[in-house]
Amino acid sequence: MSVSVISVTTSLSTREPNRVLRKFLRNKSAVIGAILVLTFALLALLAPWISPFDPIKANFMEVRKAPSALHWLGTDELGRDILSRLFWGARTSLMAGCVSVIIAIVIGVPLGLIAGYWQGWLDGIISRVVEALLSCPFLVLAIALGAFLGPSLGNAMIAIGLSAMPIFARLTRAQVMSIRNEEYIEGARAIGLPDRWILLKYVLPNVLSPILVQATLAVASAIITEASLSFLGLGQQPPDASWGAMLNTARSFLEQSPWMSIFPGLAIFMTVQGFNLLGDGLRDALDPRSE
Amino acid sequence: MKFAPRLSACIPALLLLTTASLAHAESTLRIGLGSDPDMLDPATARTYYGRFVFSAMCERLVDVDQHLQIVPGLAKDWTFSDDGKTLTMNLREGVTFHDGEKFDAAAVKFNIERYLTLPGSLRKSELSSVDSVEVTAPYTVVFHLKTADAALLMQLTDRAGTILAPEATAKGNVAAHPVCSGPYEFVSRVQQDRIVLKRFDNYWNKGAYHFDKVVFLPIPDASVRLANLRAGDLDITEGIAASDTATVKGDSNLQLASTTGLGYMGLTINVGNGTANTNTPLAKDARVRQALSLAIDRDAINQVVFQGQYTPANQAFSPASPYHADIPVPKRDIEKAKKLLAEAGVKTPLTIDFLVANNPTSQQVAQVLQAMVSEAGINLNLQMTEYATLLDRQQSGAFQMSMSGWSGRPDPDGNIFSFLSTKGGLNDGKYSNPKVDQWLQEARLTSDVTQRKALYKQVVEQENIDDPLVYLYFEPRIFGISKKVTGFVPYADGLIRLQGLALNK
Amino acid sequence: MLELVVKRLISAVPTLFLVTLMVFSMQKLLPGDPITAMAGEERDPAVIAQLREQYHLNDPIPSQYFHWVGNALRGDFGTSLRTQEPVLQLIASKLPVTLELSMLAMIVALIIGITMGVLAAVNKGTWIDNGTNFLALSGISIPHFWLGVLLIMFFSVKMHWLPASGYVPFSEDPLQNLKTMLLPAAVLGTGLSATLMRHTRAAMITVLKADYIRTARAKGLLPKKVIMKHALRNALVPIITLTTLLFGELLGGAVLSEQVFTIPGFGKMIVDSVFNRDYAVVQGVVMVVAVGFLLMNLLADVLYVLVNPRMRRA
Repeated sequence: MSVSVISVTTSLSTREPNRVLRKFLRNKSAVIGAILVLTFALLALLAPWISPFDPIKANFMEVRKAPSALHWLGTDELGRDILSRLFWGARTSLMAGCVSVIIAIVIGVPLGLIAGYWQGWLDGIISRVVEALLSCPFLVLAIALGAFLGPSLGNAMIAIGLSAMPIFARLTRAQVMSIRNEEYIEGARAIGLPDRWILLKYVLPNVLSPILVQATLAVASAIITEASLSFLGLGQQPPDASWGAMLNTARSFLEQSPWMSIFPGLAIFMTVQGFNLLGDGLRDALDPRSE
Repeated sequence: MKFAPRLSACIPALLLLTTASLAHAESTLRIGLGSDPDMLDPATARTYYGRFVFSAMCERLVDVDQHLQIVPGLAKDWTFSDDGKTLTMNLREGVTFHDGEKFDAAAVKFNIERYLTLPGSLRKSELSSVDSVEVTAPYTVVFHLKTADAALLMQLTDRAGTILAPEATAKGNVAAHPVCSGPYEFVSRVQQDRIVLKRFDNYWNKGAYHFDKVVFLPIPDASVRLANLRAGDLDITEGIAASDTATVKGDSNLQLASTTGLGYMGLTINVGNGTANTNTPLAKDARVRQALSLAIDRDAINQVVFQGQYTPANQAFSPASPYHADIPVPKRDIEKAKKLLAEAGVKTPLTIDFLVANNPTSQQVAQVLQAMVSEAGINLNLQMTEYATLLDRQQSGAFQMSMSGWSGRPDPDGNIFSFLSTKGGLNDGKYSNPKVDQWLQEARLTSDVTQRKALYKQVVEQENIDDPLVYLYFEPRIFGISKKVTGFVPYADGLIRLQGLALNK
Repeated sequence: MLELVVKRLISAVPTLFLVTLMVFSMQKLLPGDPITAMAGEERDPAVIAQLREQYHLNDPIPSQYFHWVGNALRGDFGTSLRTQEPVLQLIASKLPVTLELSMLAMIVALIIGITMGVLAAVNKGTWIDNGTNFLALSGISIPHFWLGVLLIMFFSVKMHWLPASGYVPFSEDPLQNLKTMLLPAAVLGTGLSATLMRHTRAAMITVLKADYIRTARAKGLLPKKVIMKHALRNALVPIITLTTLLFGELLGGAVLSEQVFTIPGFGKMIVDSVFNRDYAVVQGVVMVVAVGFLLMNLLADVLYVLVNPRMRRA
């Protein structure tokens, strides 16, 4: 993960969505990011209906044809239409990004909550494990997990999710620790409210903002990691379309058929950039200190 | 205007001149390899790429020429006894090792025994027919064999016949610093980066070698290797991808040299390894396997994936081998394939799990196959696996069909025995046919070329009926060379031989 | 201060154990046998069986782990199964390469990041601000392996300005060394510059709003001087701590760049070793990277505390 957010923002009342939205919309980059993400999400969703050709079916008559009126972005080494494969590849990338991050959040956030709230020896163990995972080079962890589970998209998502989990755990823990001593939390404990209730009703909503920001940035990172894994031969397997795998095969034809490299690379770039801009914009919008 | 050059201004110029002249005096040949060789000890080496280094650094008892005929190496001449169980070799005199030791029959004995007894030696099976080695004169050595072995001489042209300096080998760490007797001696090695050799001044045939230094640069990525060649950072590289041949031919600074290799790629079918995957129509009925083979258009694979540079295959012996059996490669016949499947009582679509290595070329071929055979009603379920896992699954029988190749050996036995004989070490599909075993065994024992050819032809014909291994294509050996290099001759075994090579400035 | 350092060092020990245990078990769970994988075509079952015995590969996994730990504590990290070279030696030969690449990448990242961050802070809210942010983010969003291959195609093959791959040690030929490192450092550095740029910007904005800056401005010093002398110097403080953190990440993160540019550093070695099931090498490298990462974290915390006494309570 190349961008991590270790920010400790003060608690934000959830009764100000309008203010957040207005701040967001004023930020041009954020809006561009949102548009990019929505566009690719739409393309991914509608892929089965808007793809002009079958993305998997090989066509030996049309091998590596340059972009033309028939194939807007050209064809690949097996004669498949690149535009169609880009649409279907969007499904792969977005799914990989979102599912990985969901896995990371589902495991990481509860761990962080537990560690930050109860502290003590639980915190000790969880923090050690998280630190150990963070000390291991992220991509290596993903590669080893991917190799262990076997090359497939599902396993790649699990591998990426597990590798990204520590960041969410640490972020959540930091957030929880910063607010657990606030008065309303202490008051709730004094009254005798059960911890679980406090966690769910008071703590969790207030750690959501930085998690949301981190999630968006993590999706961006996960998409690149999935592409990297596919590039190394783990991850989405042919003949299903994956931008990373498309780049990997395109390498052998860099000069003869440059369109095979350019378009998937651009697709990855635009999608990831969209998520990064979106995450940035969310962070600025949600931060009460910026104006 | 007075012009008085200062001494300090002269110094850089002087330095430049000296370095330039020094650089000019030493010529270096830079060779690109597709992978970093493993250990540089012929006893434990197992990569194809290590053989490039051995070729430049060491000498073998015998060698092969361009046409894969055996020619003298460290042995001047040799004779077999009539029963084939004794091999007498007369050795070349006046040869010294890189550390000054003298080469003689005792050195040969030392090396062969080392290959036979060293714990990690991978040459044992190659020299399995050797019972003992005897020194009968300072430059004469006698091999006593347990059985006649037609393939032995060929084995001695490779690592099993490579002679290391006995004293240096006995005391030192061979893999770190091998001491041989070849035209170039070992200087240094940086893992994954380079292997540097320099000219051995006491080499008996010095005049044929025109470089002072040879540097091997392992660069796994074919496009980066080519980029290096085009940028002038490499003089020769092996392993030019089929898709890059047009680029090399179109570059005025480069030349292309290619030859049909000895290696092949095929589909190994699990017909008898374990019980998990052998209860299928594919494993039990030869007609299903024949249908599979008929559903494949080998020419199309060649065109689509390899731009026509490869050669369709129906046997283990490539056209470069004298043992290539003259049996035409079957053309694709979907109707016949469908008929065979129906005869075998198979309900289409028939699904087959197909194990494939996860490199781009194999993936491409696999996808082309998938598209082709689907028309005959066969569904290939591609399982891309990384190398270590693939080998594991093949060995344990956890596969139905696997795409696997062989880099090829000059002697036909090396291309087929281990794969098809019942107890063959590389027979992962566990194919077993007593007739084939017998023919293969006989071919090992006789040195008569005509006899061997006939025997192997029978094996090939039987293979095309049983189809335990569906051959796809033979791989060429394609080299990219700078225009400045002259005298390059491609050998079918793919190794680069430095004799006669020269660099024009 | 000393207490902080000691506490962190002590807590680093169980972390290191955990890391090695994790990586070890993961590797052992990977299907495939390293000896077979390495034997490749030359598989001789008898030799393979015997080699497995020799390397204790048939022992139960926990005992293999403790065997490794025992040796490691004595400074013996085992040997590479592939090449028989001692792991420590392998690491020692690759460490300078990775360190150099990391340092160069860091320099690139600092130059681009700080410049853009200052530009953005000074022109806050304008298109320059948005533009630099966009550019910085692009550094993260572009797939390194794609950018790398494209750059090689252009700078090496087309223009012949830089070598296409490979590495020459600095001691051997400084100029060539820098040439080989330029492209991979640039690719890695642009990726890092985004984070640096953003933090510089944030830090600069905070500092520029501070009272003493306004005083300096009121005194009539030129705006440019104000920025450079006072603001930047103070803004650099959090940057330094961030740099140490990122450096730790860099140590293990150059995997793909090294693959594409064929730089013989850690990244490439570790990926190859995972695929070759070369256990000892992976263990050794992960250990070194983990130690480096933990040390850098410690350094960052120390620096932060030195600068900001208010944080000492945490």
